Amino acid sequence: MAEQAQRATKAAPAVSLETQHAVEQFLYRQAEILDDRRWQDWLTLFTKDGSYWMPADPAHDDPDGVPSIFHEDFYLMQTRVRRLEHPRAWSQTPKNSTSHVVSNVIVEQDDAESGVVIARSKFHVVEYRLDEMRYFAGRYRHELAVTPDGFRIRRQRVDIVNVDGPFDYVLQFWI
Amino acid sequence: MAANGTNANNGSNGNGGHDLAAYVEPDRVHRNCYVDQGVFDLEIARIFETTWIYAGHESLVRNPGDFVTFQIGRQPMILVRDEDGSLNVLYNRCPHRGAMLTNEHTGNTGKTFTCSYHSWQYCLNGKNYAVPVPQGYDKTRYSIESGDADMTRAPRVGSYRGFVFASLSDSVPELEDWLGGSKAAFDDMCDRAPDGEVEIVRTCFRMIQKSNWKIFLENQLDALHPSITHGAAGKAALDTEEQIRQETGEEPPLSYHYLSAFTTPIFKWDTLETVGHKHGHVSLEGYMGLRPKDPLTLEYEAAMEKSYGKQRTEEILGVNLHHMLVYPCLSVQSSLQQLRAVRPLGPDRTLTEIWHFRLKGAPEGIYRRSLDYYNLVNSPSTMINADDLYNFWRCHEGLKSQADDWVSFHRNAGQDTIEDGAMHSVTGLSELPMRHMFTAWADYMGQE
Repeated sequence: MAEQAQRATKAAPAVSLETQHAVEQFLYRQAEILDDRRWQDWLTLFTKDGSYWMPADPAHDDPDGVPSIFHEDFYLMQTRVRRLEHPRAWSQTPKNSTSHVVSNVIVEQDDAESGVVIARSKFHVVEYRLDEMRYFAGRYRHELAVTPDGFRIRRQRVDIVNVDGPFDYVLQFWI
Repeated sequence: MAANGTNANNGSNGNGGHDLAAYVEPDRVHRNCYVDQGVFDLEIARIFETTWIYAGHESLVRNPGDFVTFQIGRQPMILVRDEDGSLNVLYNRCPHRGAMLTNEHTGNTGKTFTCSYHSWQYCLNGKNYAVPVPQGYDKTRYSIESGDADMTRAPRVGSYRGFVFASLSDSVPELEDWLGGSKAAFDDMCDRAPDGEVEIVRTCFRMIQKSNWKIFLENQLDALHPSITHGAAGKAALDTEEQIRQETGEEPPLSYHYLSAFTTPIFKWDTLETVGHKHGHVSLEGYMGLRPKDPLTLEYEAAMEKSYGKQRTEEILGVNLHHMLVYPCLSVQSSLQQLRAVRPLGPDRTLTEIWHFRLKGAPEGIYRRSLDYYNLVNSPSTMINADDLYNFWRCHEGLKSQADDWVSFHRNAGQDTIEDGAMHSVTGLSELPMRHMFTAWADYMGQE
């Protein structure tokens, strides 16, 4: 995996405590928004050209032209929100509830010139629905734009550890 | 037969106490066909382990040693490309102590399969290649030379336009005869390629449905459900299409139509047709029929005309086949180059393996349409199958109820017409597909 090799050889840049703290707070808030199912708040976390990507293959570096588990721009995320909020989204009765824990936050790049911050982190997610618990774990990679309103996600990559396993049910929304 | 007069335990024969003949009537079937473990075991033995089952696509095993593993009924199998280019299907079991010879889904095994337990080795046709310290078998009744130490082969392997099937029974018809009317799906998919063949994309999404395998097949051709089951996803996409038009002044990407088409009201599905072919295969014809006139489509049509000429191109692109079920193991959407293989795991558990293909010789943008459908409708994050799988589960749980022994397939029963040996529905809303598949089911299950 190209990305892993890159990670191993790259020395960690010096990152200010302020940036580290701000990135962590942002990731925690994103997790909380998912757990609270605050979909409109979710959409505002992304830039208008932002995207959420869960690769179907960890070796993929770019979602363009390859299968993905999720590959959603603003409009597709908006579509998913509309479905989730629709009274006849049958499989949302009962709704699934989730609990996210995000940790191991490493700021990989903090480029004042371009205003882009790149951070990777780990997540553990428990999902409960219809008497059953499901468990997901993996890593995030956030490309964050620094805006007057704080961080906005340009691109979020989500690698789940069981990417090539069978799914015993659909992922109804983002991990 | 009276609805209340049927006793599931009437039949006393090799059917585990099930009176299978009484379970299938022309317009309704007994709920035991779905929820009973004994009936499921018989289905595996008499349907899946006696007929042709889809193994994989030839382009997945292009080179010698390339293999893919799959299941026929309860049997773990390997499809492998031999050194002479032929295809072999072998039981995935070491003849020595029974270990699986590979646990990979796909890969290349080189010139041999080697057991991880005692290093017995097998050629790609299953013949024994080497056993360490073979003199240990001298003066025993075990003969490595005469085949005791060979992997067991599936008796029949066949390929139609690159789609490979295998059978554990020697007494199946020729593959092409068995496919019969369902060949149209493979023809349609391959003919749409300017080069006349398709190439598999190596990602396989595997989804488990907590419901009986037949509920999935029945749903694939059920034109009554889309506007109900998928109304929310369809409306969401429709609203986004409008938002895109307003905010960008441009037409939304074609892919949104894959979702918003589900808002088509129920009465319009009436104009479609379902066709029952021999051996239980069924098709749904006349849906979507996407034929936009954008530059990409025109570029593609030009490539097609170069290969086939104008008249043949029109014939090919005029085929409007939405779904073909190859009973009991496949659901094919040829015009979108998607394929789902059905692997029953238990009465209430079904694995589907979902693949998609590239049309060889077509512009990259045409592949993107297939990819968009794969990502939007067939991926593990699908907004469409989220509600399908949920309804399948509800069906399966409901069928455990003793409130009524019967599942109704009465819609337009008795009105199907026969033309050229195929059954034709009078409306797309007819429950012909369910009745037709159960006719094949009863035929298979009647075998001892």
